[in-house]
Amino acid sequence: MSTQVPHAEQGIFQKYFWSTDHKIIAMQYLFTGMAMGLIGGYLAYVFRMQLAFPGHSVPGFGIVTPGEYNTVVTMHGSIMIFWVAMPVLIAAFGNFLIPLMIGCDDMAFPRINRLSYQIFLLSAVVLVASFLVKGGAFGGAWTSYPPLSASGAYNLTPLGASLWLVAVALEFVAFLLGGVNFIVTAMNSRAPGMTMYDIPMVVWMIVLASIMFMASVGPLIAGAVMLLFDQTLKTGFYDPARGGDPLLWQHLFWFFGHPEVYVVLLPAIGIVAELLTVFARKKLFGYKTILYTTWATVIISFLVWAHHQFVAGIDPRMANIFSVTTLLVSVPITEMVFLYIATLYGGSIRFHTPMLWAVAFVAEFMIGGVTGIFLGASGTDIYLHDTYFVIAHFHYTFVPIAIFSVFGGLTYWYPKMFGRMLNDTLGKVHFWGTAIPFNLIFIPLFITGAAGDQRRTYNYALFAEQSRPVLQHLRMFATFGLLVMLLFQLVFLFNFFWSLRHGRRAEANPWMANTLEWTVPSPPPHGNFAKLPTVYRGPYEYGVPGRIDDYWPQDVPN
Amino acid sequence: MISEAQPMISEAHIHHPNYVKIWAILVVLLMVSLLGSMSSIRSVVLIAAFGVALTKTYLVTTNFMHVNVEKRWVPYLMGIFLAFMVILFAAVAPDVMKHSGLRWSNDAAKHAVESGMQPASTKHE
Amino acid sequence: MSTRPISNTRSVTGIPSARLITWWVIASEIVIFGGLLATYVMHNLGHPEWRAAAMHTNTWLGALNTFVLLTSSLSAVLAFKAADTLDGAKAAKFLRLTALGGTIFLVIKGIEWTREIHEGFVLSSGGFWSFYYVLTGLHGLHVLAGMIILLVVAADAAKNRELQRVECIGLYWHFVDIVWIFLFPLLYIAR
Repeated sequence: MSTQVPHAEQGIFQKYFWSTDHKIIAMQYLFTGMAMGLIGGYLAYVFRMQLAFPGHSVPGFGIVTPGEYNTVVTMHGSIMIFWVAMPVLIAAFGNFLIPLMIGCDDMAFPRINRLSYQIFLLSAVVLVASFLVKGGAFGGAWTSYPPLSASGAYNLTPLGASLWLVAVALEFVAFLLGGVNFIVTAMNSRAPGMTMYDIPMVVWMIVLASIMFMASVGPLIAGAVMLLFDQTLKTGFYDPARGGDPLLWQHLFWFFGHPEVYVVLLPAIGIVAELLTVFARKKLFGYKTILYTTWATVIISFLVWAHHQFVAGIDPRMANIFSVTTLLVSVPITEMVFLYIATLYGGSIRFHTPMLWAVAFVAEFMIGGVTGIFLGASGTDIYLHDTYFVIAHFHYTFVPIAIFSVFGGLTYWYPKMFGRMLNDTLGKVHFWGTAIPFNLIFIPLFITGAAGDQRRTYNYALFAEQSRPVLQHLRMFATFGLLVMLLFQLVFLFNFFWSLRHGRRAEANPWMANTLEWTVPSPPPHGNFAKLPTVYRGPYEYGVPGRIDDYWPQDVPN
Repeated sequence: MISEAQPMISEAHIHHPNYVKIWAILVVLLMVSLLGSMSSIRSVVLIAAFGVALTKTYLVTTNFMHVNVEKRWVPYLMGIFLAFMVILFAAVAPDVMKHSGLRWSNDAAKHAVESGMQPASTKHE
Repeated sequence: MSTRPISNTRSVTGIPSARLITWWVIASEIVIFGGLLATYVMHNLGHPEWRAAAMHTNTWLGALNTFVLLTSSLSAVLAFKAADTLDGAKAAKFLRLTALGGTIFLVIKGIEWTREIHEGFVLSSGGFWSFYYVLTGLHGLHVLAGMIILLVVAADAAKNRELQRVECIGLYWHFVDIVWIFLFPLLYIAR
């Protein structure tokens, strides 16, 4: 029985904008996310230039006013997390990989899937449009704490603040719709023979991330409506004088916000698991252990959120509890890192570009994790809170997640997505041109942060106790690092678009991998499988003794 | 797409309890909570109201939503999601519900309570 | 769409995909309403002065609305029973009755809101009223959405199509009913 349907006469619009095909929707998410990523990168360029050369005109932007500075940092954070990391890591990879990897023809609910992207696109449009309203886009930080965010008189961006909330709420709705679809598809639509422990790790991770997202975002959706009413309808949910409490927003935000860190971490970890096994030609070390530690991470990550609020005036006894749980959550994550290193040990490692990204992910993410210990303990956090130390720690986790693993995944699945290989040399140039400057940006920021540089400061020279001219060299150094890193992204963009037309044609399984997506042509046709596969074994049977091939695809009978 | 699709009424024909009877019990329970609300003893009001709410929830979930014949993990899953909300409440309430604690006090909220309680009592005098 | 992907028809868990996704949607709604209710309860416990405001809600109208929703739940589950015996026409009839129940609920709710607004209690009249309008408003939106879906499902069921949806919209409707079962004591009785 064939599931392939010849492309009926579909118009361009029908095919690329109104499609229910999971691969097209994945591309829509991917390209929207990349476009938003360019905006986010540009914003980083603007505020880093302002910090390195305060008061000078920034080429391509002009003089940065204090208000614009607030807008730029707020939007950089919001865009990079909600409109780059989420759509690319979860929605693009999830949409593309889940049906292919579990051996079925599409998502369980293709039209819900399409709706999910359309709502997401709307949210992106609302957000970008908010740059154009009077007062500019929201400037109250991506965490949007009231009372700053609740009153236009404080944040100076009354319209932008409300649009920001609307955009974020729409984005949540989009990912809830996408998430339920991912979960149901992975639970119900797997190929015959594929048990729970035959599911490729990345699918597990994306599904667990979707569940986490769903379980954590609910209170914030309600909370966002309340904040919107505080802004526009003069309610006092977060206004103490009227019976409200600003701490409540922080709690609701971080009850979502901290699991959210793991929501984007898990797919990244899953992608890296796939890359490490394929390029080490070795079975994933401790599949079930990784799975169980992930479940532990999911549960514990719901119990740590208040470590973001140690200096906010929460009950000190709660701060103790949350310090302990925060340190606890590093245990399963550490275990996972060890298992990944164990996967590499004794493998016959091939350093293609995707593998470089995967190994770099593990290395850099460890730095992010270790520095997190200082921030999780309430004693040290009280000193380091809201300094650039936090920024550097955060980026040491998030850049590996949202940049390294995404580039690793893209270079790995590019042949499957587009039917052509990326240029490996350019890929390596891009890798080193990104990984080295990344460290040059954020190692100096650890130092300035430990020295006391407060974040979200427009111009240190304006504050006597903040000025520390001796640190200005480090601030400039970080900016140069960013400029180099941004320049090298041009290499990737060139490689990406040039290879679309001129890359070497990819065969079905160029990396000799096991998972089901490599059994179909590159790119897969509509309906994916000519004959729906049956699964006989787990996804990581590499280098099995006694076999001629060092890989053993999941759908090959003995 | 050639599909294996059939109308997907799942496991054929589950046992249907007498729904009208259950509805009648629910309505009686509603009456109980209303009767309870007329009591002047606050604890009676609360126990009647929330006891009835929990009982009604049990009746609706088991009989109308059929969670008693659904796969076991479904009600557990709902319970886990509910448990997260209990955790949220437990960890946030010390900050929001209480207006003072170890070395801190929320003067604005205290003031709101005081000024809110005062007019009510002065009006009666 | 007349065609249905294979992935939609598979059922590895033993629960049909349509019902499975409904359960997950309900799970996501549990945390939306749960978070809101949790914040309301903790605020309410910390603010005894809100009880004076709560005295202005009308218990009788609230009880009447509870009755209406319970009855509509009955008709939703009777629709499922009809669909289970593949009687689409009967299922459609009960679904439309359920939607009618939703309409009556919203009308009564509208009358309540009108009375309260006339008495001068609006969204910004203080903590209790802010929560009251947000809670009942969010719940009302769910009722409204449920009614629309009920009518869509009923239109298909009348032609004996997509009968599996009757159970799913029923599950959702019972969930909305349960939310009200808790809103009723919280907003109308415990004060």
